[in-house]
Amino acid sequence: MGIDRIKSMPREEFKNNDYIDRLVEELNATGANVMVGKFDELINWGVANSLWPLCFGTSCCAIEFMSLGAARYDMARFGFEVARNSPRQADYIMVQGTIVHRMAPVVRRLYEQLAEPKYVIACGGCAVSGGPFKNSYCVVPGVDQILPVDVFIPGCPPRPEAMFYGLMQLQRKIKVQKFFGGVNRKEKIEEFFAEHPEEKGQIG
Amino acid sequence: MSDLKEQILKIYPDAVFEEGECLQVNVAEKDWFAVAGSLKNELGFDVLSALVGMDWGESLGVMYYLTSTSRQWTVIAVKVMAESRDDAYIHSVSSLWKVANFQEREAYDMFGIKFIGHPDMRRFFLRNDWVGHPLRKDYDADPALNPIRMDDETNEDETRSFSLDADGKVVENPGKVFEENEYVVNIGPQHPSTHGVMRFRASLDGETVKKVDVVSGYIHRGIEKLTEKMTYPQILHFTDRMDYMSAHQNRHCLCMCIEKALGLEVPRRAQVIRTMMDELMRISSHLLSFGCTAMDLGATTAFFYGFREREMVLDIFEKTCGARMSMNYNVIGGVIADLHPDFQKDVKELIRIMPERLKEYHTVFSGNVIAKNRLVGVGHLSKEDAVNYAITGPSGRGSNWSCDCRKKHPYAVYNEVEFDEILLDGCDSYARYMVRMKEIEQSCRILEQLVDNIPEGDIRAQVPKIIKLPAGRWYQQVEASRGTFGVYIESTGDKNPYRVHFQSPCFNLVGVMDLTCSGYMIADLITIGAALDFVIPDIDR
Repeated sequence: MGIDRIKSMPREEFKNNDYIDRLVEELNATGANVMVGKFDELINWGVANSLWPLCFGTSCCAIEFMSLGAARYDMARFGFEVARNSPRQADYIMVQGTIVHRMAPVVRRLYEQLAEPKYVIACGGCAVSGGPFKNSYCVVPGVDQILPVDVFIPGCPPRPEAMFYGLMQLQRKIKVQKFFGGVNRKEKIEEFFAEHPEEKGQIG
Repeated sequence: MSDLKEQILKIYPDAVFEEGECLQVNVAEKDWFAVAGSLKNELGFDVLSALVGMDWGESLGVMYYLTSTSRQWTVIAVKVMAESRDDAYIHSVSSLWKVANFQEREAYDMFGIKFIGHPDMRRFFLRNDWVGHPLRKDYDADPALNPIRMDDETNEDETRSFSLDADGKVVENPGKVFEENEYVVNIGPQHPSTHGVMRFRASLDGETVKKVDVVSGYIHRGIEKLTEKMTYPQILHFTDRMDYMSAHQNRHCLCMCIEKALGLEVPRRAQVIRTMMDELMRISSHLLSFGCTAMDLGATTAFFYGFREREMVLDIFEKTCGARMSMNYNVIGGVIADLHPDFQKDVKELIRIMPERLKEYHTVFSGNVIAKNRLVGVGHLSKEDAVNYAITGPSGRGSNWSCDCRKKHPYAVYNEVEFDEILLDGCDSYARYMVRMKEIEQSCRILEQLVDNIPEGDIRAQVPKIIKLPAGRWYQQVEASRGTFGVYIESTGDKNPYRVHFQSPCFNLVGVMDLTCSGYMIADLITIGAALDFVIPDIDR
């Protein structure tokens, strides 16, 4: 099954990712009609290779992300190049840095302003779990408390290569996504927000 | 020092002196404002280097560190204690030293000390509906009191000031940040050109900025509270994550402060290595600043140029320290690992290519007519204001204020190397930018003198397994990439610090945004911010 293939990186080079394997299995088991399947593949191919990030860096990881954009690492090679300043034009939000209580509603709003299909990457120890500031009185212990995260990239800050690896994982995930004949992703976002309701005005 | 004691006794006969690393004067709260005025105007203590809120158990208070530029940068400490803990108040000195404006707001936020006469007593870091004051020792950290609130903050325009009535009771006077009919534009916190998550609210008259209100705290991580539960070696890593572009210098400062308290002698090899690492960090920081200033003006190519050389510095760090950023290299007593065998070769290569690359930058960007139009004559900051707002580093030196800590209080091996303190009298964004570019040359000069003279020997002194500082308080300053960085440690003799305060240069830099932007166009706000070059996690901590 070549559906989660990434150009220039053989499948064996990725570490085992149960989550994506399960999605592939599910996709193979349920089957899809040829037309729908081909359309899905076409759209996913397009989306996966033109992922535009939202410039959202709060601390150190943002500087490494800038290195990613500069000549040496050059994320344009993968189609990630156009860092957008407006969430309306971006495909994914890469949370680079600590999210504190004051920032939490802002991140959520930025996420809501992204156009579908939208993805979240938690980049760096702080976004993954609160990192070294986990025990602080005003740090959100992981951005997954407030947003449905697709990919976690550990590191403090992650090396640019690690960021590429994480972004490629996102590409793989996108390639097994269904758009037609049953959406398998949007439901998960809805599940997340059902578990983390906003009416109370607070989480936790 | 005895001379200074007499002079202080003349202006304030009730002064109580305490021995410490520098002269400490204890002042009663009721006399403080008058004494502060005399200290500034008669004895020439014109720079408020640090303002540290304190919780001493029986009462709250503030430690002030004052520097006198006219007395060879003599530093004195002033201890002022509030009269009661429950309704603690201290007279504001923000009318004397403008830099105290934000610092008093921070102390109010963290300790609940009300500053009498401060015009704008809002919280600085935390949401305005936050319950409690976190740095007080009796703070209730129950997450039920302060859950992650997902609603927006309200009443942002409301502020207050405090005054004393005839009976000595504190009275709250409500006020407004902006007038009713002002046109206020919100910039940030998610904005690519604020260099992080800073938020400005600018009131405009047409396109001209009338007032800038700084809303900080979008990356306030509570580092100072976290340190109180940790041992000294455990708190070191926080400094790398505050101003990540001055990671080595910040950590150097904290290590020096602890070493000073322990009376520890650092081996000479470690001193030289630390100095070289500090200068490499400065080069990398100024290169990033160059790239970002250029990118904020729309010159994307110059950004690539700056990052090209920055990668060389990062390679040097990576080989020796094992990481590109957050190096965690300095430790108490020295450095954690010896230099990589390629270190000297790589540094020499960097020094070799830098002059020609700098020439390239100047051709591409510095002399460019667009860059000049956007930077020359924009964001005027006079020398008097720079001193009053304690704007140190390249930004202060761009206003012709000689404030380089490496020259004023030499540390490590800075008194053995030759370098010039770059001073320009443009007082504008362009001068600040040019100081940075010229400081890269000076950093290369320092590296050149040291690279072949790294002495053999230990890289680290012997330190006890459990580090306990004697009871007392210490303040240490270094010249970080953006200005004077200070660390304050108060210890009760335990293995955890009683209080750690980081006095960051960027905190002061953002304090002049209102002053430097007023009267200029809204588009200039971006370039002024870029030329001041603040790093937000350093402000918020």
